[in-house]
Amino acid sequence: MTARLWVPSDTTAAALGADELASSLAAAIAEQSLPLELMRNGSRGAFWLEPLLELERDGERLAFGPVSEDDLPSLLTALQVDPRAHPLCLGDPTEIPWLAGQSRVSFARAGLGDPLCLEHYQARHGFDGLEHALHLPPEDIVDEITASGLRGRGGAAFPAGIKWRTVLDTVAGQKYIVCNADEGDSGTFADRLLLESDPYQLIEGMVIAGLAVGASRGYIYLRSEYPRAWQVLHTALGKAEAAGFLGDDICGSGRAFHLSLRLGAGAYICGEETALLDSLEGRRGMVRSKPPVPAVAGLFGQPTLVHNVLTLAAATTILAEGAEAYAAQGSGRSRGTLTVQLAGNVRRGGLVEVPFGLSLRQLLEDFGGGTASGRPPRAVQLGGPLGAYLPESEWDTPLDYEALAARGAMLGHGGVVVFDDTVDMAQQARFAMEFCAAESCGKCTPCRIGSVRGMEVIDDLLASDSKERQLALLGDLLDTMEQGSLCAMGGLTPAPVRSALKHYPADFGLPAVEA
Amino acid sequence: MPYRQLVADCIERFGDEAGGLLPLLHAVQEINGHIPAAAIPEIAAGMNLSQAEVQGVISFYHDFRTEPGGRHTVQICRAEACQAVGARTLEASARAALGIGYGDTTGDGAITLEPVYCLGNCACGPSVRIDDKVYARVDDERLERLLAALVSEEHAP
Repeated sequence: MTARLWVPSDTTAAALGADELASSLAAAIAEQSLPLELMRNGSRGAFWLEPLLELERDGERLAFGPVSEDDLPSLLTALQVDPRAHPLCLGDPTEIPWLAGQSRVSFARAGLGDPLCLEHYQARHGFDGLEHALHLPPEDIVDEITASGLRGRGGAAFPAGIKWRTVLDTVAGQKYIVCNADEGDSGTFADRLLLESDPYQLIEGMVIAGLAVGASRGYIYLRSEYPRAWQVLHTALGKAEAAGFLGDDICGSGRAFHLSLRLGAGAYICGEETALLDSLEGRRGMVRSKPPVPAVAGLFGQPTLVHNVLTLAAATTILAEGAEAYAAQGSGRSRGTLTVQLAGNVRRGGLVEVPFGLSLRQLLEDFGGGTASGRPPRAVQLGGPLGAYLPESEWDTPLDYEALAARGAMLGHGGVVVFDDTVDMAQQARFAMEFCAAESCGKCTPCRIGSVRGMEVIDDLLASDSKERQLALLGDLLDTMEQGSLCAMGGLTPAPVRSALKHYPADFGLPAVEA
Repeated sequence: MPYRQLVADCIERFGDEAGGLLPLLHAVQEINGHIPAAAIPEIAAGMNLSQAEVQGVISFYHDFRTEPGGRHTVQICRAEACQAVGARTLEASARAALGIGYGDTTGDGAITLEPVYCLGNCACGPSVRIDDKVYARVDDERLERLLAALVSEEHAP
C-alpha cells in the first residue's frame, strides 16, 4: 500500500513555507518514483511545529517538524528506510504532549484529513449531527442547544439557547442564520483554523441552526484578511451544495437552506454583530442601538440568529452526541470546552482546546513553555484588543467566564497574547486608544472622540511633570467611554488602559499604588 | 476592460442581490484595481442608491480605494500579538526601506504600503501580507529580501 505524506495547508503553515515544501515534495516524488502519495491536510494548530509533515502508513501516523526545505533530502531518504530515526521525527502526532494534553472537540478533526474532502469529513462523524437534527422537530433541536449550556464563543458568552428560542418563537416570512467569521481580535485564529481545516463543520452547524429556528437562508461574513479561508470556504460551499447538504432539498428532507459567503472589507467593527448586519445589507458597518436584538429584528429587519464560527460549529457535536455529553464537560456555568489561542511572544504557540477551569499559568507554562525570546514574561493580554493586560499575580485565575469577570478580565474569543519584559505598557495603553480611533464606526461620541482624546491625554500624561491632573482627566475619559459608548468597542477600550495603569504604573512614570 | 463596461457587468450581476453593494465594490476593485470616483454615479443609479450612500460605503471600509494603488500591496500587521515580537520595529523598517508611509505608493507604482490589524497568524509573528500571501516570523532582513524579490520580479524580462 502506498504511504501518504500529509503537508498542512492552513495560513500559518503556508506562511512558514508549507506550500513550497509541498511543491518540492511533489517534484521529488515524481522524479524518484517514490511510493508516496502527497496529500494536503488543514493543520492541527500546533503552529510552533509547523510545517508539521505526517507520514501515514498502515493506518499509523508519524509526525515530522518543523520541516524546512533543507530537511527534505534527508527526510525522503529516512521515509524509505527508517522514518523514526530522522532527527525531526516526533512520533505519533497524537502523543506529542502538547496535543495529547488537550481535549479536542471542536478541533478534533482539524489537521487529520483533506479539509475539502466530504468523505474524510463523513468518515469522522461529519453530518451525524445533521442526520439527527433532520429527524427532530425544531423545538427539540432548540431544547438540545439550551440543555447543552452552550454560550456564544465570539466574546460575549451569551447563552445560545436563548437566542435560538427567540428566533424560533418570532414569527416572520423569512429568517436568517448569520455566521460571524470576522475574527478581528489580535491573538485569535481559532475561527480561521476551523474554516481552513474543517469547513464542513461550520456548514453543518449552520444547516442545523436553520432547521431549528426555521431559517432557509444563511450568510457567512468572512473578513478579507483571510484570503485562504475564503478559498477553502468557497470551494466547500460548492461541494456541500452539489452533495445535497445545502440547497432546496437538504439530504432529501424537502427542507431548504441556502448559504452564501460574503467578504468583509477591512473593518474591525464589523465583528460587532449589528455592524456586521449593516455591512451585510450593503451599508457602512455602523453599530445599531439595541433593542431590538437581531434575534427579533436583524438582517433586513428579519429575525436573525447571529453566532460566531465556533458557536455554530458546536451545534454539530451537541446534536451528534447529545446535550448531556456536551454539558458534562466544563466548570461552573462555562460548559463544553475552552478554546484558547496562544500567541505573541510565546515559545509553543497555537490552538489549545482544554476543559474550562484551567488557569492562565497552567496554560502559559504547560502549553506555552515560556516566551519565544527566552526573556521573562511580563504581561498577558487576554481576550483581544479590548481585553485587560494581566501581570503574573493574576495568572492563577481559572479560565472561565465568571471567574475572569470577577477579576475585571474577560475571555472574549480566547486570545492569549504574551509579552516579555521589554514591553512598554504605556505604549500598549496608547495603542488601545489608537486602535479604537482607527476602527470606531463613529456613531457614538464617547468612542469616536474619546479614543482620539485618549491618545492625546496619554501622551500628555507621559510628557507631563504634574501627572495628577492628566490622570484625573484620563480617568474621567475612561468612565465616559465605558458608560456612554453604544457597543463594546468604545465600552471596553478602557479595559486594557486601566489594567496597564493599575498593574504597570512605573511605565507611565507613576508611583506604585496599593493593590 | 474599460471600467464602464466592468461597472455595467457588475450591476447586472449584483443589482438584484440583497445588500449587493459590497460584493459589487469588491468585484470592481478586484478587476480594476480601484473603484474610480467617476463610476460612483453609475454604481449609485444601478444599485438604486444615492451617490452619498455609495461614497459613504467606499470611504468607510479600509479595503476600498478610489485611486489606483501599487501593483503589489504590502501589509504589515501592527496588532498586539505581532507587536509582542517586534512589529513596531518592522513597521519602521518597512517605511524606511520603501521611503513611504502607510497608504502611500512607491514612485514607480510598484508597491503600496498598508497597515493591517491582524492576519490570524498570531502564534508566528511578525506577520506580513504581500498580495494574497502571508509570511510568518518576518524580521528586517527577511522583509528586505521579500521586498527585493518583488522589485526584481517586476524587472524580470
